[in-house]
Amino acid sequence: MQYLEGRKYVVQAIFLAVAMLFAGRLFYIQVLDGSYKLAADRNTLQRIVKVPYRGLVYDRNGKLLVQNTPVYDLLVVPREVKQLDTVRFCQLLQLPVEDLRAGLLAAKKYSRVKASPLVQNLSTAELASIQDNLIDFPGFRIEARMARAYGTQSMAHALGYVGPIPATWVDREKYAKYRPTDFLGISGLESFYEKELMGHRGVQYRMVNVRGIEKGAFRGGEFDTLSVAGQDLHTGIDIDLQQYGEMLMAGKRGTVVAIDPKTGEILAFVSAPAYDPAMLTGKGLGNRYMELLNNPERPLIDRPLTAIYSPGSVFKLVNELVAMQSGAVSANTGFPCNQRLVRCTHNHEYPGNVSIAIKNSCNPYFYQVMQATVMRGRSRNRFEDSRLGLAEWKRNVMTFGLGDKLGVDLMGEKKGLIPSPEYYDKRYGHHRWTYKTVYSLSIGQGEVQVTSLQMANIMAIIANRGYYYTPHFVRSVGQNGPLPQFQERHTTSVNPRYFEQIIPGMQMVVGRGGTANLASLEQFGISMAGKTGTVQNPHGADHATFAAFAPVEDPKIAIAVFIENAGFGGSSAAPLASLMVERYLRGKVVRKQWEEWLPGSADRFVKRHH
Amino acid sequence: MPSSPARYSRSIDWVTVGIYLLMVFVGWLNVYAASYSPDAPTHVFGLSFGELMNFNWFKQILWIGTAVLLIVVLLVVDYKAYDTFAYALYAGMIVLLIITPFIARPIAGSRSWLELGPVRLQPAEFAKFITALAVSRYMAGINLRHQNFRDQLMLAVFTLLPPLLIIAANETGQALVFGAFLLAYFREGMSPLILLLLAAGGAILILALLVPKLWLIGFFTVLLVLVLVFNNRLLRHHLPLSIGVWLVVIGMVFGVDFFFNSVLQEHQRKRIEILINPSADPLGVGWNVTQSKIAIGSGGVVGKGFLQGTQTKFDFVPEQSTDFIFCTVGEEWGWLGSVVTIALFMALLWRVVYVAERQKSVFGRTYGYCVASIIFFHFAVNIGMTIGLAPVVGIPLPFFSYGGSSLWSFTTLLFILLAIDAYRKQDLVR
Repeated sequence: MQYLEGRKYVVQAIFLAVAMLFAGRLFYIQVLDGSYKLAADRNTLQRIVKVPYRGLVYDRNGKLLVQNTPVYDLLVVPREVKQLDTVRFCQLLQLPVEDLRAGLLAAKKYSRVKASPLVQNLSTAELASIQDNLIDFPGFRIEARMARAYGTQSMAHALGYVGPIPATWVDREKYAKYRPTDFLGISGLESFYEKELMGHRGVQYRMVNVRGIEKGAFRGGEFDTLSVAGQDLHTGIDIDLQQYGEMLMAGKRGTVVAIDPKTGEILAFVSAPAYDPAMLTGKGLGNRYMELLNNPERPLIDRPLTAIYSPGSVFKLVNELVAMQSGAVSANTGFPCNQRLVRCTHNHEYPGNVSIAIKNSCNPYFYQVMQATVMRGRSRNRFEDSRLGLAEWKRNVMTFGLGDKLGVDLMGEKKGLIPSPEYYDKRYGHHRWTYKTVYSLSIGQGEVQVTSLQMANIMAIIANRGYYYTPHFVRSVGQNGPLPQFQERHTTSVNPRYFEQIIPGMQMVVGRGGTANLASLEQFGISMAGKTGTVQNPHGADHATFAAFAPVEDPKIAIAVFIENAGFGGSSAAPLASLMVERYLRGKVVRKQWEEWLPGSADRFVKRHH
Repeated sequence: MPSSPARYSRSIDWVTVGIYLLMVFVGWLNVYAASYSPDAPTHVFGLSFGELMNFNWFKQILWIGTAVLLIVVLLVVDYKAYDTFAYALYAGMIVLLIITPFIARPIAGSRSWLELGPVRLQPAEFAKFITALAVSRYMAGINLRHQNFRDQLMLAVFTLLPPLLIIAANETGQALVFGAFLLAYFREGMSPLILLLLAAGGAILILALLVPKLWLIGFFTVLLVLVLVFNNRLLRHHLPLSIGVWLVVIGMVFGVDFFFNSVLQEHQRKRIEILINPSADPLGVGWNVTQSKIAIGSGGVVGKGFLQGTQTKFDFVPEQSTDFIFCTVGEEWGWLGSVVTIALFMALLWRVVYVAERQKSVFGRTYGYCVASIIFFHFAVNIGMTIGLAPVVGIPLPFFSYGGSSLWSFTTLLFILLAIDAYRKQDLVR
């Protein structure tokens, strides 16, 4: 039997082989392979995001424009749904059966044990009608969430709206913090100030057992963070003025932008046609958004920022200022109203100085003013002379905040266009054009394009006699004041004294015999300086424009009005701007006949004056 | 009866007793951790006995306490009784196994638990050591190496009868344990060919599940040709035998499908499929294995600490205090704790083999090897299934898993050996 004892070692070898195999395998899954640790955390850790209270939005007088209101989402946990009485349930929620089926299917697909939203944005009233009956439907529950509510029916374009994060945004780096079901500012101030309004989300790590039941904080809450409420936005908007502007612009397309020149704060920001901001909140947001999007009047377009217009005659003021600064002309320079150069719209006295020229908006005068600026004999070649002169001109014009984004606190601002020599080289060829080719610039027609906001800003610059603060809505984020870029003063290349020299002419515009006499506020003892414009455009009748500031001695408001296809600026845009100024400076309007006449379609203005 | 308690005590193998106590203690710690709930009251001293009986860790204390009483009884009983009454016990056990399915209430799909008041016992657990006693007794009377077909057949019947009855009660896992006796028979002279053939058969079965059949057939055919070409003797004298073996192998390759689809039950088939492809159906049949691997794998080198295991504490691992107790070890004590546990088993097995080898009687030695083999089989299959190396078979980890039946049966199994060992010198005299 002796040799059988050796089999002991075989048995022991088998034992040892299995033990080694186990130790090796355990080393692999416990030490080398990290995926099991992640899987364990996925099992037990539930990350709960605490969405903070979104910041509110106020107007300059402390009126609440945007606030939060609780809305309710109906959630469903598919696994807990038992013997659903579909008919009764749909009746209770006034929900089509197909929607319920589709919703339940989607929820099941997402998770059988986790809650997913079935109906979102129920109002408090809707909640009240279903809440008591919900007990009969296991697996359904209500979760409260904050949605936006509005203290005004105007200013939708600037305020913007809050909605569920679009699917295409979720993957972007910028929105890494957002989950696919989160809400965020989609446009307007809501979007620009998203970070400030949102505040800081709190995160809680909870441990859950296999049935998803909470088992307390992870590591005693060591990694949890508290949510911090968003900051309020205090805007410079005067909501009464805004509302008044929207009322006056009713039935028309166009813009009204008013700025406080001393600070750059935007007082009114009218984009017509307008819509009620409440359209883009709460239940049915998606449907109403599509409705607005498909509306032929295109109410969703944020015209003051994105509609670009030729500035028309208002631009003559900029050209005059640039010319005086360059020394090409002085306030007392006279040019004949030579109709061979360019047509002048009406007969008027000899423009012996700049004031008379501005008062009559004399086209040939400003043709010659810009010619003197551009063609200065910098080169013997008149083509090269035009190029050098235009380049110099463009540099100066751009200091008025034109041809580039101003940097307002909204997304999507357009640059407008101040053409460069290269621009014309491309179009006509190098040394194939002279001042005579591009003279339309001198009267604000042709290639030059501005936004309404830039237009209002020109008035703010003239009101300030040479400088501006970037126009902005928010004068204070929480208690912190405006963003730093809005506290920086931008100075034009033109000396303040030249501004003083064009203002008398602008006052004459609204004075007796001026092109905008209808806009005069003399009866209230308010001095106003302005300029009308009638902008030729390829889309039908001329656009009417008027830009002004008041009072002349201590400017408190700078305003620009564009009314599309309303013809001569003096008859519609000027009185509208005048009412806005009256309303802002006096707090009330006594010229009721204008107030009653202005709202309505733009056609009437054209008919009356042609 | 022992001549003097002091002398008797000296002849007990205290090393085995020490390892045993250590394992039971470590096992209890893990049962406590596995049944520990952060929500449950932590001050247990004010609770009544009835309330305490709701806790597995408390019941396990009772099982351990009674196991200690059992040890005393086992050591005090005359060692000759185990030899003498082996057949009687075996007969009684067979009867019990036969009637159990008729009187037991179904629990988890099998009628294998007998209820005696608050205590639930599984006769299949006790069938192991009783069968071990019976076959050891029979072995002592025969000589395996002599090719006595009648003796071999009797031994096969002794060994196969209990597992067949247990399979009838739907406890396949417990039945498989009886395969472990082959190791003991091997030590006593069984032809190593049987072990090799079984190993080869197992390998072919596993390969047939993993590798396309055509490859396997090709491989074995090439193997046959190569062997015949290079081994002239085989070609000349044993050509029919070689081709016969080849045919059997090919038959097995095709037989796997039949075995897999027709012989195995649905849940058994699934358990094997999961072994091959763990990511299939992770929420269904694969749940146990997936969660068990997550629990163990997340333990890292040193583990999450006592009572800190999240996967076991929050019930992600089913059967965590019984069959999957090793998950708690792996998660809370990490790789080091797991290796220490494996080392404890190795130490015990080594000692049991050592004790078996010093027996002078065939009965004692065979029984010793039976003890080692049964414990080893449980160890290998139980830990293997928790780390995805063996199919999920419902058998406990000796001395670790929660449960009275299991603890008592393994304690009995081990201490009968110690009782026999303590008298081995007298045996020599006899």
